[in-house]
Amino acid sequence: MTPELGQLALILALMLALAQSILPLLGAWRGNRALMAVARPAASGQAVFVALAFAILVWAFLHFDFSVQYVADNSNLQLPWYYRIAAVWGAHEGSMLLWVLILNVWTVALALFSRQLPEVFLARVLSVLGIISVGFLCFILFTSNPFGRLLPMPADGADLNPVLQDPGMTFHPPVLYMGYVGFSVAFAFSIAALLGGSMEQAWVRWARPWTNAAWAFLSCGIVAGSWWAYAELGWGGWWFWDPVENASFMPWLVGVALIHAQAVTEKRGSLRAWTILLSLFAFSLSLLGTFLVRSGILTSVHAFASDPRRGTYILCFLAFVVGGSLLLYALRAPKVAGGKAFALISRESAILIGNLMFTVAAAMVLLGTLFPLLGDALNLGKISVGPPYFGLLFPLLMLPVVLLLPFGPYLRWGKSDVPALKQVLVRAGMAAAACAIIAAFFVEGQLKAIAGVACAVWVGVGVVLYIVKRWREMPRGRRYPAEMAGMLLAHFGVAIFLIGVLLSESLSVTRDVRMSPGQVAAVGGYEFRFDGVTQTTGPNWVAEQGVVTVTRKGAPIAVMHPQKRTYTHERVQTASAVDPGITRDLYVALGEPMDANHVEGAWALRLYTKPFIRWIWGGGLFMMLGGFVSAADRRFRVKRDAEATQTITTPVQESQA
Amino acid sequence: MNPTRQRRLTIIIAVLAAVIVASALVVYALQQNMNYLFTPSQVQGGEAARYKTFRLGGMVKAGSIQRSNDSLKVTFTVVDASGDMPVEYNGILPDLFRENQSVIATGHMDGARFVATEVLAKHDETYMPKELKDAMAKAHSGKHIDETVNQDKPSP
Repeated sequence: MTPELGQLALILALMLALAQSILPLLGAWRGNRALMAVARPAASGQAVFVALAFAILVWAFLHFDFSVQYVADNSNLQLPWYYRIAAVWGAHEGSMLLWVLILNVWTVALALFSRQLPEVFLARVLSVLGIISVGFLCFILFTSNPFGRLLPMPADGADLNPVLQDPGMTFHPPVLYMGYVGFSVAFAFSIAALLGGSMEQAWVRWARPWTNAAWAFLSCGIVAGSWWAYAELGWGGWWFWDPVENASFMPWLVGVALIHAQAVTEKRGSLRAWTILLSLFAFSLSLLGTFLVRSGILTSVHAFASDPRRGTYILCFLAFVVGGSLLLYALRAPKVAGGKAFALISRESAILIGNLMFTVAAAMVLLGTLFPLLGDALNLGKISVGPPYFGLLFPLLMLPVVLLLPFGPYLRWGKSDVPALKQVLVRAGMAAAACAIIAAFFVEGQLKAIAGVACAVWVGVGVVLYIVKRWREMPRGRRYPAEMAGMLLAHFGVAIFLIGVLLSESLSVTRDVRMSPGQVAAVGGYEFRFDGVTQTTGPNWVAEQGVVTVTRKGAPIAVMHPQKRTYTHERVQTASAVDPGITRDLYVALGEPMDANHVEGAWALRLYTKPFIRWIWGGGLFMMLGGFVSAADRRFRVKRDAEATQTITTPVQESQA
Repeated sequence: MNPTRQRRLTIIIAVLAAVIVASALVVYALQQNMNYLFTPSQVQGGEAARYKTFRLGGMVKAGSIQRSNDSLKVTFTVVDASGDMPVEYNGILPDLFRENQSVIATGHMDGARFVATEVLAKHDETYMPKELKDAMAKAHSGKHIDETVNQDKPSP
C-alpha cells in the first residue's frame, strides 16, 4: 500500500507544480497579486509531497520491499543499509526522483531567501522553476515510475551494480545533481528577465550567489566522480573523456564562463545579453547531461538500457526547453541588451576572452560527445571519438586562459593602464622561468612536466602577488572580502590543478606485470613484492585479496591489499589498493589469475606510481571552495533600495578609447 | 571610420580568425581520432580495410581464450553470427571479460589477426552495447541473432 502512497504524492506534487507554473505567470501578466502569491505556497507544498515520495522509496529500500520493481532490481537481502540508501539513486527512476527533490529544495530555498526581489519578477522566476518541475514529474509518472509493482513478489532482489557499491558513489550523484539543478536558478532568472523585458543589475547580484553555489557543487561532484573512477575502476586514470564525464563537464565549463559574465553584468551592466545566453546554455547542458547519463543513447560505462518512450519524451522536453528559451531570447534579448562600452585592455575584455575560450571548449566537447550520434543519424557508420581528440584540443583552448589568468585581478573595469600589468608579467614570468629551469633537472627532460611547473608557477605567483598587493594597500578588514577571497582561492586552485595534471600525466609509471608469489617488480624507484593472495569476505561479497609489500631501496614503505571481489550474482569487481601521498600515489590493482584453477599461483597485476596525482583533486577542491566562499559574500544579501528600484535604462556610453 | 567602429571591426576580425582556426583544428582532430566499429564478418568482408585503427565488436567465443605461460599475452576469438576473428592482446582484461560476453576491442590488423591495444567489456553483463547490437544486426540483417545476447533488460 505504501508505494502507492508514493505514487499519489507524486501526482499531487504534479498538480501543485502545474499551479506553480501557470497561475503566477498569469498573475504577472495581468498584474493580479493574488495569483502571483500562489507561487510560494505551491512551491512549498510541492516540495513536501516530493520529499514524501522520496522518503517512501527510501523506506521501501530499507525494508526490502521487493514487490516494488525498482527495489527488486537494485537491492537484495545482503546489501548493507547504507548502500540500500545509495541504491535509491543507483538507477534511472530513482535518479530522476532525486533530481526533482533537489529542484524542489532549490526552489524552496529561493522562495525563502528572496523576499527582496520585486513581486512580479519572483513570481516569474518561481513559475519557470515550476515548469521545469512539471516536465520532470511527468517524465517520472509517465515513463519512469519508481513505484511500479512486481508481482508475484520475488523472495530476493537482484543487486545494485557492484561498481556503485563504494563510499564515493553514495554522495557523487546527489552533489552533481545539486550542481546541475542549481543552474536552473540562473536559468529561471534569465527567463524571467526576458519575459519582463528588462534586466536590473540588482537582480544579477541576486542570481550570482546561486550560480556560484551551483558551480561549486558541480565542481565537487566532478571531483568526487573523478576520484571514484580512479579509486574504483582499477585503471588508475582520473579522467577518460567518457560521454558521461563530458556531460557533467560541459555545464561546468559554461558555468565558469557564466559566473565571470555575471560579475561583469552586475558590476558594470555590460554583456547582459551574453550573460543571459550563457545561463540558458548552462542549464540546457545540465538537462542534456542528466538525460545522457541514464538514457542509454550513448555507449558509455554509465549507460543503462532504456525504453524508446523515454528517449522520445526526453527529446521533446529538451526541444521545448532549449528551443523555447532560445526563441524567447531571440525575441526579447534586444530589449535587455546594452551596457557600458569598454576598452581593449580592460577587465571586461579579459573576461570576455576567457568566456569565449570556455564556451568554445564546451562546444568542442559537445561535438566530440554527440558526434557518434550524429554519425549514426547520417549513416556514416558506428563511430567513436577517441580521447586524443579532446586531449589535443582542450589544452590548446585553455592555454590563453592560463596565460591571461594572473592579469585578471590587476585589470581595471572599463580601461586599464599597462605598467601595472608589465610588472606582473615580469615578476610572474621570471618566477615561472626559474622554476621551469630547476624542474628540468628533476624530470628527465619531460617537456610536459616542465610546462606544467611553468604554468602552475605563472598562475600561482600571479595570484600570490595580488594577495600581497591587497595586503599592503588596503586597510585591515577590507583586504579580502568574501567575493575576492573566493576568486583568489579558485584561481590558486587552477595552479594546483595544473601541477597535478601535467606532472602526473608525464611522470606516471605504469606496468602491467605477471607475478608469481615472492616475485619482485621495480616501478618508478619502488620495489613491489607480490606475496600471494588470500581469501577474505565482506558484507555481501567474497574476495581474493592480494598482499603486495612495497619497499624503496630496501626500506619498507607500505603493505597493500588489492582485492578482486565477487558480489552476489557472480558479479566481479576490482577494488584497487592506493597508498596516498602528497608527492606520489602508489597504486596496485589485481588483474586476473593466470590460471583460474590455481588462484594461489601467478596473477596479472597493475603497478603504478603516480606523482602529484592528488593535486588534481586538491585543485578541484580549491575551486569548489572558492565558489562557496564567493557565494557567501554579504554584499549579495544586503538589500539596497536605491539600486533595487533603478532599472538600467542609461544609454550606451562611449568610453574614451 | 570612427574609433568605435574601428574597434568593433578589429574585434569582429579577431573573433572570425579565431573561429576559423578553431574549426580547422576541430576538423583535423576529429579526422585523426574517429574510430569505426566493425564486426568480424564486416572486417572479413573488407569493410575495415580503409582504416588503420578501428574497433572490433562481437562475442568472445567459448573455449577460445588462450593465455601465454610467461607473459600477459592473451589470445581469443571474437565472433558474430557468421564471422570470426582472432584477437591478440597484451595486458589485463577487464572484470567483465568472459566467454560468450560482448566485447569491444580497439586496435589494428596484423595479417589475419587483430592486435588490440584496449579491450572493453560492458558493466552490465546481460546488456549489449546498443551500437554493437545495431552493428551486428546490420551485418546480418535477416539472419537470426542469438536471443540471449540480444535482451535489453537484465534477467531477474
